[in-house]
Amino acid sequence: MISITRLPRRTVLGALATLALTACGGAVSGGAGSSTVTASVALTTAAATTASAPTSTSAATSSSAAAVSTTTTSAAATSATVSSAATSSAATSSAATASGTGIKIGAVFTTTGANAAYGLSQTNATKLAVEDLNKAGGIGGAPLELLYQDDAGDPKQALTVYQTLIQSNKVPAIIGPTLSSSAVTADPIAQQGKVAVLAVSNTGDGVTTIGDFIFRDSLSEAQVLPVTVKTVVDKLSVTKAAIIYGNDNAFTVSGYKAMKDALTKNNVQILTEETFASGDVDFSAQLTKIKGLNPQAIFVSALLPEATRILDTARNKLQIPVSVQIVGGNGLNTPQLIKNVGKAAEGVIVGAAWNIASDVALSKAFVAAYKAKYNADPDQFAAQAYAGVSILADAVKRAGTNPTGDTIRQALMTSKLETVLGAFSFTSGRDANQAPVIQIIKNSTFAIFS
Amino acid sequence: MLLKELPQQVANGIFQGAIYALFAVGYALIFGVLDVLNLAHAAIFTWGALMAWWLMAVVLAPLPVALLLAALGAGLLGLVLDRLAFAPLRRRAAPHLSPLISSLAMATILQGLAFGFFGADVHTYPATTLSSGVFTLGSVVIGWVQLLVLIVAVALMLLLRWLIEATRYGRAVRAIAENPRAAQILGINVERAIGQTFFLASALGGVAGVLYGLTFNSAVFSMGEPVELRGLAIIILGGMGSIPGAVIGGFALALVEVFSVSFLASQYRDAIAFAVLFLVLVLRPTGLLGRYRLREA
Repeated sequence: MISITRLPRRTVLGALATLALTACGGAVSGGAGSSTVTASVALTTAAATTASAPTSTSAATSSSAAAVSTTTTSAAATSATVSSAATSSAATSSAATASGTGIKIGAVFTTTGANAAYGLSQTNATKLAVEDLNKAGGIGGAPLELLYQDDAGDPKQALTVYQTLIQSNKVPAIIGPTLSSSAVTADPIAQQGKVAVLAVSNTGDGVTTIGDFIFRDSLSEAQVLPVTVKTVVDKLSVTKAAIIYGNDNAFTVSGYKAMKDALTKNNVQILTEETFASGDVDFSAQLTKIKGLNPQAIFVSALLPEATRILDTARNKLQIPVSVQIVGGNGLNTPQLIKNVGKAAEGVIVGAAWNIASDVALSKAFVAAYKAKYNADPDQFAAQAYAGVSILADAVKRAGTNPTGDTIRQALMTSKLETVLGAFSFTSGRDANQAPVIQIIKNSTFAIFS
Repeated sequence: MLLKELPQQVANGIFQGAIYALFAVGYALIFGVLDVLNLAHAAIFTWGALMAWWLMAVVLAPLPVALLLAALGAGLLGLVLDRLAFAPLRRRAAPHLSPLISSLAMATILQGLAFGFFGADVHTYPATTLSSGVFTLGSVVIGWVQLLVLIVAVALMLLLRWLIEATRYGRAVRAIAENPRAAQILGINVERAIGQTFFLASALGGVAGVLYGLTFNSAVFSMGEPVELRGLAIIILGGMGSIPGAVIGGFALALVEVFSVSFLASQYRDAIAFAVLFLVLVLRPTGLLGRYRLREA
């Protein structure tokens, strides 16, 4: 007889306690991903390996070379170094690493894990941007170099790589991080250390409010969603809607709040608000409930993995008809979603800061260059990351010969330049000052919804 | 909650429950025979899903072959697990908590290895005729994958019942569960029966992983984490070591989860599921079928 008495309930309690340990163990093993950034980037951009591999190597080695002070930089760079370096990006980067005359800036993107699609796009775009910039003479003669770090989409890991960049590499500025949840956790230490941060994809609340060193060139959910909701409600005369959102993530919660506010303002009845947790794979219970309530539209605030499962379950498993409009936040604004679910993505409406069909001249050139280099279409994450490098380079140039976090911050406040996103400036709250475009997925691409 | 969606929600719960149950019977089997919790069971579940993905996406094996080989692979992994984490402690008659800790170590190692081999990416299974097909039964939409999952899970649980009730192996295992020393004296090869149990339990866990991966079309190194806690809850709910209890517990937890979403709110899904578990333990500390053991399985 196997008896409970012989193995007291204490064992069960012990098991529960150790499960908590396992969860930590999982996080730690996930953390091992940080060192594999460059490798995975090289793999996924296989088409562009020859172009990107030398750059990633130098990015990897530069953490050791980074003991060289970054604050005593640009004046020393002679125009001769630049013109000889201008022949290729690989030459530029290695010249910068060897002589220590380049301007080093941190770049924290999510390039492994479930949300890697966003960060890989950003890595590709920033590499292209740095290459273009250095070809055109760098920043006042000195080449720019990005020190890439991967946060694997984990706020704890974002904190660790921020500490490395700020304390060991002594960078005056950081581009990133990819996710708002990482920004909320890690940006405060940049603010404390007086390091300027330019986010290129954070759209959640509470990012730029962290402090006066934190900027973003990405439109927030609070800026985009009211326009998205109003357009959808007006064009499709929606009166009844349902919301589904992740309730454990800074970005998805911000999106939910913005959706709810905008729907209420437009007199749309919210039939139900369903939630899920990051990492959930089964959405059938929530979506069955939504289906039963017959909404005209479903508003989804989710990141890529959950959005993938939601679309697949709604359209394929539960056969919710296309006449029920699915409207998403920025998390759905990536071609990877279309790749993941195929036809189930048709008709999804997403607001954005940039669309590939944009007629801005710089944007057209960027799309062509990105296609030539990576053999793929850039998405909004790529465009905003490319613009981020331009904006930061412009600020560093105006920050004087000895750029520090503080002088870069002051320069950013007065940024006014043409970027791939169009004419760009910051609001007084350090958010992007720009009007959004509303897109719809048609024939597997993001088209402009009108 | 509208009554017309009730059948669909029940179907959602049953399909989810089949996977939970299949995962939990492996847990319960090892606990029933050895009196130890095998915390590496969720890691084997993950490996099952990832091996099947690799066979289907890289080797291009058809689904039945991939399922069979993944089950075999998971079973062998279970044998290795027993040799490394449990057998040495059994020989030294270590206290009860030791195998728990060593299985936790194996869980971390196996998950780390899965991360090393398959990376952190979410892998999707190659499209088969099964993957997106659905049919309707009245107002209920059912996927062919879900139906396959239910059939395989139920068939395997019936097979396990037969193995334990009607075979020489089953008799040996029941004798060991009763009293390992007496079983040995009566001429039963205890080590061999334990090895067979690990193989069987792990193969079932591996199949559960494949079915879970297929249902949600995703396999990733961390997929075992949510199932691990639920699996533990299920065997506590069903009665530690009771196989029918694990089956009932699996379906019960899935239905409670689904109904808490449809009758109340999805925010409270886990809270309600664990409140029910708590209540059951207060009212019946031995779990639903706690008094009946493997002997009656």
